[in-house]
Amino acid sequence: MARFEVKVNGAVHAVDVDADTPVLWVLRDSIGLTGTKYGCGVAQCGACTVFLDGRPLRSCSLPVSALGGREVTTIEAVSGREAEAVQRAWVARDVPQCGYCQSGQVMSAVALLRKTPKPSDRDIDLAMNGNICRCATYVRIRAAIKDAATALGG
Amino acid sequence: MIAHDTPLSRRAALTGIAGLVIGVWLPDAAAAQSGAARAFGARAGGLVPFAPNAFVRVGLDDTVTVMIKHIEMGQGPFTGLATLVADEMDADWSKVRAEHAPSNAELYKNFALGAQGTGGSTAIANSYEQMRKAGATARAMLVQAAAEAWRVPASEITVERGVLRHPSGRHGGFGEFAEAASRLPVPADAPLKPPSAFRLIGQDGVRRLDGAIKVNGTAQYGIDIREPGMLTVLVAHPPRFGGKVASFDAASALQVSGVVDVKQIPTGIAVYARGYWPARKARDLLRIEWDDAGAERRGSEQLVAEYRELARRPGAVANARGDAEVALARAGRVIEAEFVFPYLAHAPMEPLDGFLRWDGERATARYGSQFQSGEHAAIAGVLGLPLDRVEIETMLAGGSFGRRAQPSMHFAAELAQVAKAIGPGRPVKLMWTREDDIRGGYYRSLFVHRLRGGISDGRITAWSHTAVGQSILRGSPFEAMIKDGIDPTSIEGARELPYAIADFRCDLHTTQVGVPVLWWRSVGHSHTGYVVECFVDELLQATGQDPVRGRLAMMANAPRPTGVLRAVAALAGWSGPGPVNGRARGVAVVESFDSFIAQIAEVSAENGEPRVHKVWCAVDCGVPVNPDVIRAQMEGGIGFGLGHALFAEVSIDNGRPLPANFDTYRALRIHEMPEVEVTVLRSIEKPTGVGEPGVPPIAPAVANAMARLGLGRPRRLPMVRGAA
Repeated sequence: MARFEVKVNGAVHAVDVDADTPVLWVLRDSIGLTGTKYGCGVAQCGACTVFLDGRPLRSCSLPVSALGGREVTTIEAVSGREAEAVQRAWVARDVPQCGYCQSGQVMSAVALLRKTPKPSDRDIDLAMNGNICRCATYVRIRAAIKDAATALGG
Repeated sequence: MIAHDTPLSRRAALTGIAGLVIGVWLPDAAAAQSGAARAFGARAGGLVPFAPNAFVRVGLDDTVTVMIKHIEMGQGPFTGLATLVADEMDADWSKVRAEHAPSNAELYKNFALGAQGTGGSTAIANSYEQMRKAGATARAMLVQAAAEAWRVPASEITVERGVLRHPSGRHGGFGEFAEAASRLPVPADAPLKPPSAFRLIGQDGVRRLDGAIKVNGTAQYGIDIREPGMLTVLVAHPPRFGGKVASFDAASALQVSGVVDVKQIPTGIAVYARGYWPARKARDLLRIEWDDAGAERRGSEQLVAEYRELARRPGAVANARGDAEVALARAGRVIEAEFVFPYLAHAPMEPLDGFLRWDGERATARYGSQFQSGEHAAIAGVLGLPLDRVEIETMLAGGSFGRRAQPSMHFAAELAQVAKAIGPGRPVKLMWTREDDIRGGYYRSLFVHRLRGGISDGRITAWSHTAVGQSILRGSPFEAMIKDGIDPTSIEGARELPYAIADFRCDLHTTQVGVPVLWWRSVGHSHTGYVVECFVDELLQATGQDPVRGRLAMMANAPRPTGVLRAVAALAGWSGPGPVNGRARGVAVVESFDSFIAQIAEVSAENGEPRVHKVWCAVDCGVPVNPDVIRAQMEGGIGFGLGHALFAEVSIDNGRPLPANFDTYRALRIHEMPEVEVTVLRSIEKPTGVGEPGVPPIAPAVANAMARLGLGRPRRLPMVRGAA
């Protein structure tokens, strides 16, 4: 075990874990931020998507020792106009079914709209195809991203 | 209505009336701690003064909380069942909440299963009357309470959006009359609305109750439970089904920091740690010798070869009319087809997990339990506790698709076993990893189907069908459903066709394989729907008939499948299968779980593989309670069915499942999802399920389009083999 100071959602947390512990499990088990989900552990499904210094990342595959001083943002604290537009569009469209993957879907969609305010279908495919939804809510995810883009004036 | 103010005794409060178990909330702190209060899932604090029955609670703040007896795993029972209550109450939807009911078979049984549990797309179907009665009863009591307070006849009071009004101008919210209503006797026969008076049922814009919590990370699933002192447990299971632990060495595993203990349990070796990561690392370091003497060693290819042999011999007859053999012998032309279906994993996004607290005297389990009654008993049995010392708190589940509906109760039993092995006073969270999930069995059965069809004078005159595969029900608590050697879930959708064919036979070989199998979203229809709809399409094509008109011509006595087929053809502007500009259209219509679905898929070929552009879908599920939830289930069912048909297979080699994660068990992704357009038929038939029925038609619809593109109807699924 080793001691790491991790910056998450604007606060610094000191955690005692093995150096190879993925950020996902630091968030969930050490800090108690359970909105970020485990789905595969091998960066295949995107349920664990967080922002690292504002860029989307699969937290299941990044060891805490590689974090350095970078800031992690999770679904619990994602904010700003894109986040609000995405979350509002998700609810208005009733995107979630089981909901388990949706933290990751929302994070990926927010990242997309921050970079590409008016995404094409291809932009959506490229930004979102790392996020699996076994309920296959994809039709509504696509529609909600477009709604959010419209609401943002994109 | 005559005013009463006789308080009911506790005894009377728990007496069943008119199919409802009635209780009256006692708004003091002592009552909040009572068994009755717990049974109603109420919380201490006195904010919930009115609980007229096991399903409805009205708070002083006007909120209406509906206790949902079915697990919310995505299909929308929180919203659908609460809609039924809220409509009869004339509640304000923005004030309606939903919570899982506690485990209590007497109060919360599924009438279709005879015990508390969810499955078979039954949530709305078995709750429709019950939940409406619960809402109507609550409304009547609130009206009566207002009538007494205002000293006016109850008949002069109207209710709209949670507000009671009298022509004199008096008005008030539900919360204002909740305490007074709780002191009234419970009416036995509060009238239900006529459908013409529905304000929420059948309406668009009734949003899901669990939407907001699922976009901001606050929704709580079993995997999210954390308690002081809790240990995370991973179990090393045998790599072959039926294998056992011969010996193990945990010395290295115990060196991992954060690991607390390692124990042998009946299903393998359990590692206890402070968190997932040390448990995972330690499990990888276990040295286990497995005893495979009783293990299944056959692989998928060997099973397919054996099943193909069996399919050439008649099996146990599930249904027969006329004489299919004679008719085939006389037919002008006989077409034969053999279809092979792989084992499939459900792979819900949240793998199996559960929490259990046990102090030696009492136990509380919290997880996404789908069969609460059986699992309640299973946990009590393992821990040696009477039933009334065990409770299950049902959590939201991150999908199931059948995986959590376990007649074997294997996960609940393992959860109790890991708690028992380390002893009381150590709360445990048992987790299956994604690899455990995909390699862990309980698959959709591998099946082979052989069909022969006879054509004479441009008509289909004979149909002979032999199915080969494992039984889901054999050896389960549902075994009594097997009649004359026929597991109905093996050939549902194939033993009765919507098509009039004079000489017909459907028979079945049930095989014995050591790979555990389980129902998988749409159960038997997941393979029979493909077989029947591909084969009838092939025969129609051979006779030169249009796929839609040819089906309609054979469905004269079946108004509901005819209705959805006509509706989907109209929605898609059907003018034949094509292809037009490189795109062909295929159709399929399947009845499952008493709902009727027709789909048309528009498909092109890209590098010899199907690319599905658009799917049109018509659904008749009786009275549509929430049309948007129905549309969502059709969209999701189409994506689920398509992804597996295209890509998914758990192939087994020498007894070992090969895929382990989403890199080798390929799931549909957003760029592979077609556009979907759904029409929900208006109906006055009793409402039926939508969780599963969207799945079966999509794969044959795609295959039938592929046939028109010159790709043929795939005889073996997945369509894109080796896709991972």
